[in-house]
Amino acid sequence: MSGSALDPKTAPVFPIAARTAMKDGQLRRNVRHATDVIQAKRARVVAEMPDWQELREAGKQIRQHTMENLDFYLEEFEANCTRAGGVVHWARDAAEARQIIVGLVKASGSDEVIKIKSMTTEEIQLNSALEAAGIHPYETDLAELIIQLGHDQPSHIVVPALHKNRQQIREIFQREMNLPKLGERPEDLADAARIFLREKFLRVKTGVSGANFLIAETGGVCIVESEGNGRMCLTLPETLIAVAGIDKVVPRFADLEVLFQLLPRSATGERMNPYNSIWTGVNAADGPRAFHVVLMDNARTEILADAEGRQTLNCIRCGACQNACPVYRQTGGHAYGSVYAGPIGAILTPQLQEMHHAQSLPYASSLCGACYEVCPVKINIPEVLIHLRNKVVKQNGPLNVEAFAMKMMGMIFLSEHRFRAAQRMGRMAEAPLVRRDEKGEGWIGWLPGMLGGWTKVRDLQEMPQETFRDWWKKRGTHGS
Amino acid sequence: MGVDTGAAPLGSARAEILQRIRAATGGVSNTEVARAGWTRLPREYRRAATREREAVLELLEDRLRDYDANVVRTGRDRVSAIVAKMLSERGKTRMVVPPGIPNEWLPVVVEFVVDEGLSAAELDRFDGVMTGSTMAIAQTGTVILQSVPGQGRRAVTLVPDYQLCVVCEEDVVETVPEAMARLQETAELPTTFFSGPSATADIEMTRIKGVHGPRYLDVVLVGSGI
Repeated sequence: MSGSALDPKTAPVFPIAARTAMKDGQLRRNVRHATDVIQAKRARVVAEMPDWQELREAGKQIRQHTMENLDFYLEEFEANCTRAGGVVHWARDAAEARQIIVGLVKASGSDEVIKIKSMTTEEIQLNSALEAAGIHPYETDLAELIIQLGHDQPSHIVVPALHKNRQQIREIFQREMNLPKLGERPEDLADAARIFLREKFLRVKTGVSGANFLIAETGGVCIVESEGNGRMCLTLPETLIAVAGIDKVVPRFADLEVLFQLLPRSATGERMNPYNSIWTGVNAADGPRAFHVVLMDNARTEILADAEGRQTLNCIRCGACQNACPVYRQTGGHAYGSVYAGPIGAILTPQLQEMHHAQSLPYASSLCGACYEVCPVKINIPEVLIHLRNKVVKQNGPLNVEAFAMKMMGMIFLSEHRFRAAQRMGRMAEAPLVRRDEKGEGWIGWLPGMLGGWTKVRDLQEMPQETFRDWWKKRGTHGS
Repeated sequence: MGVDTGAAPLGSARAEILQRIRAATGGVSNTEVARAGWTRLPREYRRAATREREAVLELLEDRLRDYDANVVRTGRDRVSAIVAKMLSERGKTRMVVPPGIPNEWLPVVVEFVVDEGLSAAELDRFDGVMTGSTMAIAQTGTVILQSVPGQGRRAVTLVPDYQLCVVCEEDVVETVPEAMARLQETAELPTTFFSGPSATADIEMTRIKGVHGPRYLDVVLVGSGI
């Protein structure tokens, strides 16, 4: 039923995928409109907060402190969740997490599950694993439903279907829900989804969710959302299975006072999410009778071990960096070849893949710093991008073209003699490529080979006929 | 509770992940280190109220309305009369209520059925639900419910399409940190924060009221009765 998930292992490299996306005018209009709206709302509600910078600093420090003591907080969460009647499972990687979840769903006696929007389940491609095991997953978030019914993929962490407009959504619903007379007002579409899903909410006995925060102090789990579909999945089924990266833990209940202020304002420009749910284990009189948490590593410990990349784990998945990113706003999310798109995807995806896939993503940025400025927990994304570029070059070894070229440049810059020779060579070599404009200035619009990457999107001015050194020398002999 | 998943030995996954973390962070963390580090975290943000009491209540009203909730303020002795008026205006005649809701809030002209483990399908057939509340946060327009008498289990305030919620003025705080501090004692109860009725902006960023949760929300703010 769902389209195949975006997989960094098989996705085309970013420059190729971006080129295709850039040709889709409708997609770019939809992405621009959505990101413009969210950014304007975000700016307004952030400006309401005189203590915003202090909140960001506290958020950063809480996340940093959690990562430094991650083993302690995970064990504390496990002990408290278990004490409250939850069952905690640990998964080293995606395959192990899928195996645990499929096993738990089967043990619940259900062959269908209702799902809350969860980037972690997208990351591990859970839906196709469930389907392969004969279990039908129903996405219940409106955007995820649009994607599932449209056999599409999410393109934004918070608003996964922002690349679709109302006409496109209407066509999907008409076809997949068999509603030929469906109207095209957003209200009509939301109503159709409400009716389509309500029957599932009232019937399906097993729910699968992600988690926004795991509270070590109490063993509680917190999910924030806006539609109420999350509350339906958390509250009505008999069995609930939550899967969370090990990075989702927060030390204490009180820490939510910071995250509840930073996350909604950054993510959707709301003062608070319409719904926040917190529950601890099982409660005899309220909610599911069986509750499982799957704590998943899936390369997060690799990121933790990298001193410079570690701050990536501080991410609370608000998506503000995506909305602010000039690259994402042009290409949309699918070009990143991963469920995590935009600046955070550009640093998270390659690290989750241990740099063996998605090597082009650290370059999918202009390093303008807009992402760092809006990040509610102050992740210095440009710094991590540069760190990862360095890693890519190292991983590819000293024999790759870029490393070789940089080595040559280094040699040239080491000696004045070589530098002057290179300048003379350059002037000769460029001559056949230079075209004069109406003012007589020389421009190069095409360079051969690897250098062509530069001239693909901009022109290069010809080298000056007289260098400063030449001019200085002349001045010395002929001057006063 | 344990379910045999038939997966690879899971204990080893736990040990391996913790071992990887410790290798990455350079050692074992313990209660003392973690607690001491946590206490030192900077918290220079605003934690206490800055407004006068009446201004806090006005802010809550304003923020709730901003989120499409209907708000009425009333005195303690007038609750059932106001409730009768609001339900009549909305055309609601059959409401579900949680056990423990104060009787004096319920007007006799409307049928109130107490939830004693009704099924989701049964809840779906009511005109709406009426509850009390634990607390409200003015700055964000948020009402907080917990699984206690008068507020009920989470499904009761979720499935019906309309909610009428009574908030007492003394339970209104201005800021999120004040609310979390008050909740600390009962942090392990199932807890729901709601800010306005259910909403989505997934279609062209147009805010649409109500997708899956209650589409309509009335709040009665009870106090001195201004």
